[in-house]
Amino acid sequence: MSTNLTNLLYLIPIVTFILALRFLSSPAHARRGNQVGAVGMLVAIVVTWVKAGGTSWWALVIAMLIGGGAGAVIARRVKMTAMPQLVALFNGVGGGAAALIALAELHDKLPAPGRPHIDVLVAIALSGLIGAVSFAGSMVAFAKLQELIGGRPITYPGQNVGNIALLAALVAFAVALSAGVQAEWLLWVIVGGSAVFGVLFVLPIGGADMPVVISLLNAFTGLAVAIGGFELQNNVLIVAGMLVGASGTLLTILMGRAMNRSIGNLLFGAFGQVSAEAAAVAAGDGGGTVRSASAEDVAVMLAYAHKVVFVPGYGLAVAQAQHDVRQLADLLEEKGVEVSYAIHPVAGRMPGHMNVLLAEANVPYPQLKEMDEANPEFSRTDVAVVVGANDVVNPDARSNQGSPIYGMPILDVDNAQTVVVLKRSMNPGFAGIENPLFYNPKTVMLFGDAKDSITKLIQDVKVA
Amino acid sequence: MSHNMLLVFEVTILILAIFLGFEVISKVPTLLHTPLMSGTNAIHGIVLAGAMIVLASGHKGPFAWVIGFLAVVLGSANVVGGFVVTDRMLEMFKKREPAKAADATQDGKSGS
Repeated sequence: MSTNLTNLLYLIPIVTFILALRFLSSPAHARRGNQVGAVGMLVAIVVTWVKAGGTSWWALVIAMLIGGGAGAVIARRVKMTAMPQLVALFNGVGGGAAALIALAELHDKLPAPGRPHIDVLVAIALSGLIGAVSFAGSMVAFAKLQELIGGRPITYPGQNVGNIALLAALVAFAVALSAGVQAEWLLWVIVGGSAVFGVLFVLPIGGADMPVVISLLNAFTGLAVAIGGFELQNNVLIVAGMLVGASGTLLTILMGRAMNRSIGNLLFGAFGQVSAEAAAVAAGDGGGTVRSASAEDVAVMLAYAHKVVFVPGYGLAVAQAQHDVRQLADLLEEKGVEVSYAIHPVAGRMPGHMNVLLAEANVPYPQLKEMDEANPEFSRTDVAVVVGANDVVNPDARSNQGSPIYGMPILDVDNAQTVVVLKRSMNPGFAGIENPLFYNPKTVMLFGDAKDSITKLIQDVKVA
Repeated sequence: MSHNMLLVFEVTILILAIFLGFEVISKVPTLLHTPLMSGTNAIHGIVLAGAMIVLASGHKGPFAWVIGFLAVVLGSANVVGGFVVTDRMLEMFKKREPAKAADATQDGKSGS
């Protein structure tokens, strides 16, 4: 097949990918869009197959069966609560593939007579670098989310200086390779060093900042794939990769904005470091008393409310309580209570995490309210039920300049008549930040595992 | 087409893709941000096409063959896993009004 014909046919996948993203503008036809994208991908694979074909077709079949089979099995079996790590995993393998392609291309091009074009060398160096960072970074993110390693920030002295020095060295190697130093080992050093950098770069980032990291790694993989398109002179890689790059970048910006932190601060700030003094400030203002309530008390409150808003956080995902929350909500609705869900953009471990969880529990999506929509509603809310959320409802973000999360837009649950906080214990949350909401006279705490608490509430609301 | 002409052409579509990407993605509601991530994950599975080209050039030696093989395995896991997971997610987003509010508009199916 001629190159022109191939590129012409590649327009089909390009168009379907754009449509797939376009269809995501509404949940009503988003699924159709994804299917259209999948068909486009199939076309891309067939066209590439016919063009490349060649002697290794059986190897292609075997490799695709192994990879595709593994992908399908994992994707089918994994629970919805494990979505963030799954996204990290698939993101990583894409980056890894891009880095491998760079290695193979250089190996192929160097021995050829004449020097490879500089732009091809730049592309090889960059996609090796970015792809390997994305691969290793995604694997660490996966390990953190899967709780194979601790989710707390891992810090050590000289971390930032060391990381920046490593990155500078990698860039220097990439420049040398692009400038025509004809050494294949250079790329191996770049790829290996970038993998180390990817690990070091994600390790210090705490679990609460995962939505940003995952978005950024998503952008990296897209970029690595797009640059891979320059190595292979392949349009579909360039366009598809760059669409993903743009998407990941936009999400990263949105997540940073939702936390009111610059991207640099998120990546190099190792959340939690500054919190010691802020915690001291918070502890200084008296601590106050915490009111704890029994499930029966809360059930009565809920059953006789007019409007109840649930505020889910990562704790909901951990306790896998989304189905129980929906049951409770259904029960309340039968009693004539107006129920909705207020969702903070960075609640959970990836952008939109809570929406997916609640959708899994069959919560109709019109009940899921974004922050801007939810906040004005709290003043006419009788009971706000905070399930496993902490930082996103911390009033210190509004008022305490010493708090590490000062300035982050939050859900103003304290404007509701009563706030019920479902929490395991009084241990400070993930980031170790004190939360004055718990000491607010309007607040009652319902201690215990979120799933158990909700189950009790369901029973008690039934008899209330 | 000369190499430089091709390069200029490629850079052009790269830049256009950036703007197109921002334009299209900014219309995606926060409700669907997780499927967006997962869907774009599936799309960068197009790296499989590149991996296939590398593996198909495997006759040039065992190195390209092995690397290409690995890349195709990773790429196809990316493609299949990405699309399947996204489909599973999007399947769950239903606009099912709660029963009490839906008596006029919906077919009266129970909401719970």
